[in-house]
Amino acid sequence: MQSGELIATDRSELTEESIKLAWSVLDEVMDPEVPVVSLTDLGIVREITPVDGLLQVVLTPTYSGCPATEHIEQSAKRALEDSGFNAVIIEQRLAPAWTTDWITERGRLRLKEYGIAPPIGSADKPQLDQAIPCPVCDSTNTKEITEFGSTACKALYQCNDCLEPFDYFKCI
Amino acid sequence: MKRFDDITELLLQLGDSTMIQAQRLCELVGGAPALEEEVALMNVGLDLVGQARNWLEYAAERIDDGRTADDLVFLRDQGEYRNLLLVEQPNGDFAMTMAKQFLFDAWHYPLLEKLCSSSDEKIAGIAAKSLKESSYHIRRSSEWIKRLGDGTSESHERMQSALDKIWHFTFELAKPCELFKTMDSSGIAPGVNDLFSDWHAIISKTLAEATLMQPEAADNNYLSGAKGLHTESLGFILAEMQFLQRAYPNAIW
Repeated sequence: MQSGELIATDRSELTEESIKLAWSVLDEVMDPEVPVVSLTDLGIVREITPVDGLLQVVLTPTYSGCPATEHIEQSAKRALEDSGFNAVIIEQRLAPAWTTDWITERGRLRLKEYGIAPPIGSADKPQLDQAIPCPVCDSTNTKEITEFGSTACKALYQCNDCLEPFDYFKCI
Repeated sequence: MKRFDDITELLLQLGDSTMIQAQRLCELVGGAPALEEEVALMNVGLDLVGQARNWLEYAAERIDDGRTADDLVFLRDQGEYRNLLLVEQPNGDFAMTMAKQFLFDAWHYPLLEKLCSSSDEKIAGIAAKSLKESSYHIRRSSEWIKRLGDGTSESHERMQSALDKIWHFTFELAKPCELFKTMDSSGIAPGVNDLFSDWHAIISKTLAEATLMQPEAADNNYLSGAKGLHTESLGFILAEMQFLQRAYPNAIW
């Protein structure tokens, strides 16, 4: 479907197909801090369901204090409205808590291409001392500069081989 | 001070303690000893502001008198704040800042662990979310205790002196209070009576590794954060934090 066609369409009737479309719309909405991964890549879109004629989107915040939470909420709403969904409600849900395990394979790939090392291992079994491979040269000979980086979700590392400093998306 | 139901009191204690700890950390913007440390201090502060917001939004919902979480933070007086006395104390030098953070984390982390199995679903949800963040906080603060304690003679001396000075305010962390006893048996905070032995265990282990002396147990005194009986330090924090809303009521941007 062309995007021009979407704008003109009124999607007041929520069919299975339009729910599917809503998912693909949010798949195009990028994270404001890491503009290569989409909201669905990050796994923060938990549910899209019709509720009394409204489209209810359940989002889960990444970190409690993440300043992008409101921004993400607004851009998701706007994108859906631009695609003809006129009655959208966004619900923030805390439980179950967001985990980096929900980041999709494609999301991980995109993070790496962008220069951010994707989270290693699973949040259930955190392996805190595991080597973090450099997203540029893949060397595992890297060191942690600081556990707290430019945003709440990242730590700062440096590669000992190619010397590139890089962000690591922390496993939580 | 008006006393609310037990759950709301717990929410205010958690919300106010995380809020005031965050506000203290934010005072260090532009003044931390190294760029990486500043970024870390602000990250921890940001996590805690977010957690405070979650606790206080739930508290505001239960109080149900039209006040929002923002109103609770910006328009309550000192006597209505329930935060721990520890977190309102000044930052001092970097040793003091980290000593305070560590003593707080050693209380906060095991408390969140217990609240994850709360019979109140919302409390369990916020706790599970916060716990992930706080696991990074305690790892970092305990590392600094060890690095400074087992570092040079000067760093050792300054960390020991920070602990000795701040220890006085740990009496609230080291002994169970009435509210927690009720919460344990009602299932709101299952196991919370063990919090105090957990705190002692974490402190003893870390201080031993850091070659630091654990000061004598602090005595109770007439002050009590949970009852709104604070040290003078809280007033100065609120004066700064609440200035805008007090001077320009309902200002938004």
